[in-house]
Amino acid sequence: MGDALAALFWREVKIARRTGGAASIGIVFFLVLATIFPFAVGPDLNLLARLGPAILWIAVLLSTLLGLDRLFQADHEDGSLDLMLTSATPLELIVLVKCAGHWLTTALPLVIVAPLFGLALAQDAAALARLTLSLLVGTPALTLIGAVGAAVTVSLRRGGLLMAVLVLPLAIPVLIFGVSAAGIGATDPVPFAAPLAILGALSLAAIAGAPFAAAAALRYAGE
Amino acid sequence: MHLEVSEIRVERGGRRVLDGLSFALAAGEALIVTGPNGAGKSTLLRALAGLLPLAAGRIAVTGPKDAPPCREIVHYLGHVDGSKASLTAAENLSFWAAILGRGSALRPPEALASFALAHAADLPLAVLSAGQRRRVGLARLLIAARPIWLLDEPMTALDTASRARLLDFIRAHLGQGGLVVAATHAALDLPNARQLALRH
Repeated sequence: MGDALAALFWREVKIARRTGGAASIGIVFFLVLATIFPFAVGPDLNLLARLGPAILWIAVLLSTLLGLDRLFQADHEDGSLDLMLTSATPLELIVLVKCAGHWLTTALPLVIVAPLFGLALAQDAAALARLTLSLLVGTPALTLIGAVGAAVTVSLRRGGLLMAVLVLPLAIPVLIFGVSAAGIGATDPVPFAAPLAILGALSLAAIAGAPFAAAAALRYAGE
Repeated sequence: MHLEVSEIRVERGGRRVLDGLSFALAAGEALIVTGPNGAGKSTLLRALAGLLPLAAGRIAVTGPKDAPPCREIVHYLGHVDGSKASLTAAENLSFWAAILGRGSALRPPEALASFALAHAADLPLAVLSAGQRRRVGLARLLIAARPIWLLDEPMTALDTASRARLLDFIRAHLGQGGLVVAATHAALDLPNARQLALRH
């Protein structure tokens, strides 16, 4: 079973890199979102510095959703999902490994470039470090919550929008604790550790629960 | 290995596609499922593969060993091959070898050579023809040893030489005591072949 899961993981990574798509387009979309906000907010550096963490978190959230609707849809359309169901590997583990591959190829690059974009939003070094750490801890939850939405909408032709409508409300807790871990402490004496710990708990809960929900939805779609 | 299907009923979208269908297959036997479009040929194969729930009846596999669940010992070859266009033929096959469990079967390069695709092993599927892609999908039958082959229109898009090759592999599989259920409009020249005609 370990071999099967390793093969699945590397297949996901290869496909994401080959189609020249998911990872690089996500970063470009992130850049566009992060640069649009200052145009709307205006050149007030203090305001930008206060809004920065929230802007970057929302940008990461939307960039993560981009391409997530294809997470299972491609496998559903080309019959891979049917074949995976005939393997001895549980579908829940297959979902988890696909999410890990997706996180590595789309979410992790966003976490890595976030400090660069943060500079453009007048974030100082301490704020950049907190932002990056909060994104690193919080993005697994975003990917896995999104995977549930992707699984529910797997058989719909234009499921992407519906998926966003389903997933965004569920991502609100992650957003709240992510932004508070990343930023509010800069003006407020809220401790950094508490929101970060809750963010970590959200990610762990999503890792534990989301694969079961997504696998159930995928089995239903296969019928 | 013995496959017994008794009184199964399968519904799709609230409509009974199969109702009260029974048959039994012993080792080395093939079942050719025929019928007009929409008669339930693909539904039957998907139900046998465990991809569709049964509304009634049961599908039982009895074997020399304690048989694992039916879906883990079948090769399901549907209308689509489960191949990724951006991966090469060899990468696609190696992946399915890892997922489906190899057993005592051929390695991916040998399986590709068996379908005369050795020259295309390192090409992405996107540049192969429909028939070549289908052959990559068929090569999957050879990389994992599974006793029950469920073939949905296996001859689609194949040229004459490939059809003959596939028939040879099916005969060899039957000769080793395997089971084959094939839904087809084309005539398959197989020993021990039984016919099942589905109607609307």
